[in-house]
Amino acid sequence: MSDHDYQPSSKLGKWFNDRLPLLTLSNHLTEYPTPKNLNYWWTFGGILTFCLVTQIVTGITLAMHYIADSDLAFASVEHIMRDVNYGWLIRYIHANGASMFFLAVYIHIFRSLYYGSYKSPREVIWIIGMIIYLLMMMTAFMGYVLPWGQMSFWGATVITNLFSAIPFVGEGIVSWLWGGFAVDNPTLTRFYALHYLLPFLILGLVVLHIWALHVPGNNNPIGIDIKKPSKDTVPFHPYIVIKDGFALLMFMIVFAFFVFYSPNILGHADNYIEANPMVTPAHIVPEWYLLPFYAILRSVPDKLLGVIAMFAAIFVLVILPWLDTSKIRSAVFRPLFRQFYWILFIDVLILGYMGAMPAEGLYLLIARVATGYYFIHFLVILPILGFKEKTLPVPLSITEPILGGSPNLSMAKNKESIDK
Amino acid sequence: MSDKKPERREFLFTASYAVGAVGVGAVVWPLIDQMNPDASVKALASTEVDVSSVKPGNTITVLWRGKPVFIRRRTPEEISEAKAVKMEDLKHPEKDEDRAKKPEWLVMLGVCTHLGCVPLNDKGDYDGWFCPCHGSHYDTSGRIRKGPAPTNMEVPKYEFVNANTIKIG
Repeated sequence: MSDHDYQPSSKLGKWFNDRLPLLTLSNHLTEYPTPKNLNYWWTFGGILTFCLVTQIVTGITLAMHYIADSDLAFASVEHIMRDVNYGWLIRYIHANGASMFFLAVYIHIFRSLYYGSYKSPREVIWIIGMIIYLLMMMTAFMGYVLPWGQMSFWGATVITNLFSAIPFVGEGIVSWLWGGFAVDNPTLTRFYALHYLLPFLILGLVVLHIWALHVPGNNNPIGIDIKKPSKDTVPFHPYIVIKDGFALLMFMIVFAFFVFYSPNILGHADNYIEANPMVTPAHIVPEWYLLPFYAILRSVPDKLLGVIAMFAAIFVLVILPWLDTSKIRSAVFRPLFRQFYWILFIDVLILGYMGAMPAEGLYLLIARVATGYYFIHFLVILPILGFKEKTLPVPLSITEPILGGSPNLSMAKNKESIDK
Repeated sequence: MSDKKPERREFLFTASYAVGAVGVGAVVWPLIDQMNPDASVKALASTEVDVSSVKPGNTITVLWRGKPVFIRRRTPEEISEAKAVKMEDLKHPEKDEDRAKKPEWLVMLGVCTHLGCVPLNDKGDYDGWFCPCHGSHYDTSGRIRKGPAPTNMEVPKYEFVNANTIKIG
């Protein structure tokens, strides 16, 4: 990259840039060489940035009207919905925005899994991403508590009680989290404070995520290292900006559909009943984006082991770069991995469905099998597959299959020897 | 370096780090402890309940320290059912006599020991309670019989002030 050679054209720009090289940064972002074969699955990074900004902007405006007090919270949300100018719109964008955020992040993660974007040299990008994902779950969970409906209250009770499974100190930790002997006003006010804080931590981590991305550059659908800049790359602006922008527009149509036509379809009717510590709703379900983990929690009959399994399900993702032993990144050249990938994808969908169903009978059995398979995929199949799988020949460059003959390994080797 | 005696500078470094760590700890602790239950929460320690209107076989639920407390006036059948259970059949063995001061009255926290939901009265396979969240079954003594909950429902500290009044806490 020729970042250091950049010189602003105007005298003022040069004066400023010598003191704070913001123009060098902006030039780097504009010129940033991007693989030219990126498909639409690569547009979700930009979409996610949009989601985060939307949540922060709508969240700050909601905070101007919301009251974090167990006696007033529920009524203040109704006040936002009925009295505040466009309050209904801002709240529906914020509530559905959380779901859209998770939809986009799941696509982003599954894209990474398919094309091996988590592998060397991009492990740190991946791990920062996983921390962002964890913080997103915490933020969403605490945000869901704020309206102080029945699902808010009992969701908070169940999730905070997960920590009571820790031997010896568990009860103390739970009471510390609650600030009392049950979920109550102190719990609500601290969740509000943290719900306001965490998005800004996420924003900071997003900056690190992109920074770490710009060191090796983007992975790409064929998962090979490319020369930058070269015939295989295009500048970020305008090529990727336009593509990201178009994808974002498509995404916003889906987003708007939920906000305007079915704003409550992803929520639970029970949350329009004010929190009542005396009555648990007949069927407690977390938000859809937490369901697979909830299914894993419930499929283990022991309390502590269930909690451990749930956290382990996230932890295996964090250490994934070292579990997948294959040197080939993209699933395009890994015929067996490709099949296991889709089995895992279906497995996670099944877990999500089972998380929404009551934990009994056949549902419980299926959830147990799916939980087992989830761990087998990451802890057994992926490490072995890297050694056993016969991968397809990988092209030397993005343009090679078109300009340099077929992506046949023997031919590619031939070409190498000719080049020498 | 390792062969030499620690020098004055190394001692100063270690001492500075140690004092610094104590200082940081002293500042952080109030910030952590402020989240623990405060004085006003702890002050709500006990509740007195008039149980004269509870008919045999019925259960009332009262709120104590933000948590529901079940008070069931048990029928003779329920009491004998609870006493007949063999200790080997229990996940968390406790005798019924140890859970109810007067056999007629069962007083316990209406909080499932799994993840804190409120179990439903007169439901489940053991004529006691059933937790709708994750399917724990409790018997007529509030003991866990089936499902993911690890222990029996907790019996709080309580006493009979007179024949009709129970003081919880």
